[in-house]
Amino acid sequence: MMKSLGSIRRSFAPWADPASKPFISVKNVTKKFGDFTAVDDLSLNIYTREFFALLGASGCGKSTLLRMLAGFEQPTSGEIILDGQNLAGIPPYRRPVNMMFQSYALFPHMTVENNIAFGLKQDGMPKPEIAERVAQMLKLVKLEKFAQRRPHQLSGGQRQRVALARSIAKRPKVLLLDEPLGALDKKLREETQFELMDLQQELGLTFVIVTHDQEEAMTMADRIAVMSHGKVVQVATPAEIYEAPNSRFVADFIGDVNLFDGTVIGVEGGSLRIETTSGIQLRMASPEKPASGAKAAVAIRPEKIRISRQPPDHAPVNTAEGEIWDIGYLGDMTVFHVRLKDGKVVKASSLNAVRAVEDPLGYDQQIWISFGEDAGVVLKD
Amino acid sequence: MEKWSRFNVASVVLGFGFLYLPIVLLVIFSFNESKLVTVWAGFSTKWYSQLWHNQGLLDAAWVTIRVGLLSATCATVLGTLAAVALVRYSRFRGRVLFSGMVYAPLVMPEVITGLSLLLLFVAIGLDRGFWTITLAHITFTMCFVAVVVQSRLLSFDQSIEEAALDLGATPVRTFFAITLPVIAPAVFSGWVLAFTLSLDDLVISSFTTGPGATTLPMKIYSQVRLGVTPEINAICTILIGIVALGVVVASIVTKRREVHRERDERAAIAAIG
Repeated sequence: MMKSLGSIRRSFAPWADPASKPFISVKNVTKKFGDFTAVDDLSLNIYTREFFALLGASGCGKSTLLRMLAGFEQPTSGEIILDGQNLAGIPPYRRPVNMMFQSYALFPHMTVENNIAFGLKQDGMPKPEIAERVAQMLKLVKLEKFAQRRPHQLSGGQRQRVALARSIAKRPKVLLLDEPLGALDKKLREETQFELMDLQQELGLTFVIVTHDQEEAMTMADRIAVMSHGKVVQVATPAEIYEAPNSRFVADFIGDVNLFDGTVIGVEGGSLRIETTSGIQLRMASPEKPASGAKAAVAIRPEKIRISRQPPDHAPVNTAEGEIWDIGYLGDMTVFHVRLKDGKVVKASSLNAVRAVEDPLGYDQQIWISFGEDAGVVLKD
Repeated sequence: MEKWSRFNVASVVLGFGFLYLPIVLLVIFSFNESKLVTVWAGFSTKWYSQLWHNQGLLDAAWVTIRVGLLSATCATVLGTLAAVALVRYSRFRGRVLFSGMVYAPLVMPEVITGLSLLLLFVAIGLDRGFWTITLAHITFTMCFVAVVVQSRLLSFDQSIEEAALDLGATPVRTFFAITLPVIAPAVFSGWVLAFTLSLDDLVISSFTTGPGATTLPMKIYSQVRLGVTPEINAICTILIGIVALGVVVASIVTKRREVHRERDERAAIAAIG
């Protein structure tokens, strides 16, 4: 069972197939609240069965976009197409989407059972079928024993599962999740992330999740849209977002990064020679070939930088000498802050694969850092 | 607990004495044997039994109760609707003016409210009596209901209404299935408040009354002008009892909900740990 899920997940990439039609199409949508533009001329495509994450800092417009999909806000301009239907003017209670709220929004005066049944009753589903569906949902979220409880008699994690059961009970075409795990503690959150992924695969639903937690988005989503100031900065798979950010903003926003500002000084085969502002020369692979003199920045993740006590023998393309300035031991790995000769501090991390290291690196130790020409990306700005 | 100083005890005694001494005197003298109001001649409940033979007082009491029930119910409906509109649709034009206008009758002198209602009823040619009193009471009590319900709605998690809409309930269904049950205790408190206000109103009733519709406060007031009788004390004691009961019931309803909730929440937290 798990194996087959994995194989579906691996081969799932409808966005790369020009023949597949998007399930949700957001076209040039703008939303203004008075003078404030919350969403700015935004376009997106989301595909059937996709787990799509809207990621951004608070106030970037991600929740507003979600609320427009749900129908609580109307776009100021632009349109949203869902499964071929233009959603303009359709109120929330006539949309084939359901939402899981950040506050869970459980009905306090109803039992767990009645909370889950509420949406089904609105559709006029016959009673025996409602009972059957509710029982099925309770089983799915493992709350069979709590059917008669009221929301305030449940723990946070249980409430979260009731909210989930209620929002998928109607089998919506799309499930919208607004920071669904925000109120849970870290351990429970991590468990629930995997539960949500399995559930999404099992039910074959399209999930659109809003989150400010990049790990959450990276773990769960098939694709992530990184948002800033009402615009989408990059839409890509988690690996692409991390390894090939398209801008300084994305590189900096997702994970840790070292940024070297500089200018292009030449092209050598498939690589660019870049001189940083502090005078280090770097050689980086780049599909694009900007002219000499163009501004460029090199972004390298800390774990892609190697640290060695001796100058590296078979000269990797880029090396620099420096000393260890700061050490942060995180358990699974250690982060070194290396101060280069020119004064720039570079972060490099290494995995602690062995329990006891005989002669660990210490403060002020003279070392060399090195990385290959495809260890990072060249950003234009 | 801190120790009570003499000063604090004195303050409390003075304050409560100031508030309740007249009422306590009234209640005590309602059990007076003597017909003279100011001379104590022994305990008796005869004035209470005599009340049952005073047809005028009984009629007045009946009018008062009918006016109270009807006006409190109408005022609760209107006041709740006004509160919902004011809190939910916070972005409509003229909201500040509208909410100010809902609250104005709270501070308006009763004489003015009464007079203006009287003028209105005369102008539209409405015969004064039971219905005009009821209408007048609806007018001045609904703003109290609006205030009570509005304060509850401000602490109401709006996302539960959105969740209901999202699950396919129309706005009207959402109101009756979700909003109203959740704010019900506040609506009930509003009703009790409106009922008690209607029960003891004298000024507005006097302005808007007509032949055959005398409320209890009006009856008492007119009798007192001929001299206070222990019978009046007795009826007033009963009124005090009803009003006090209303206030106590309303606060118990609210309090019990809170206590229940807190206890359940503690139980839920204990269950995880």
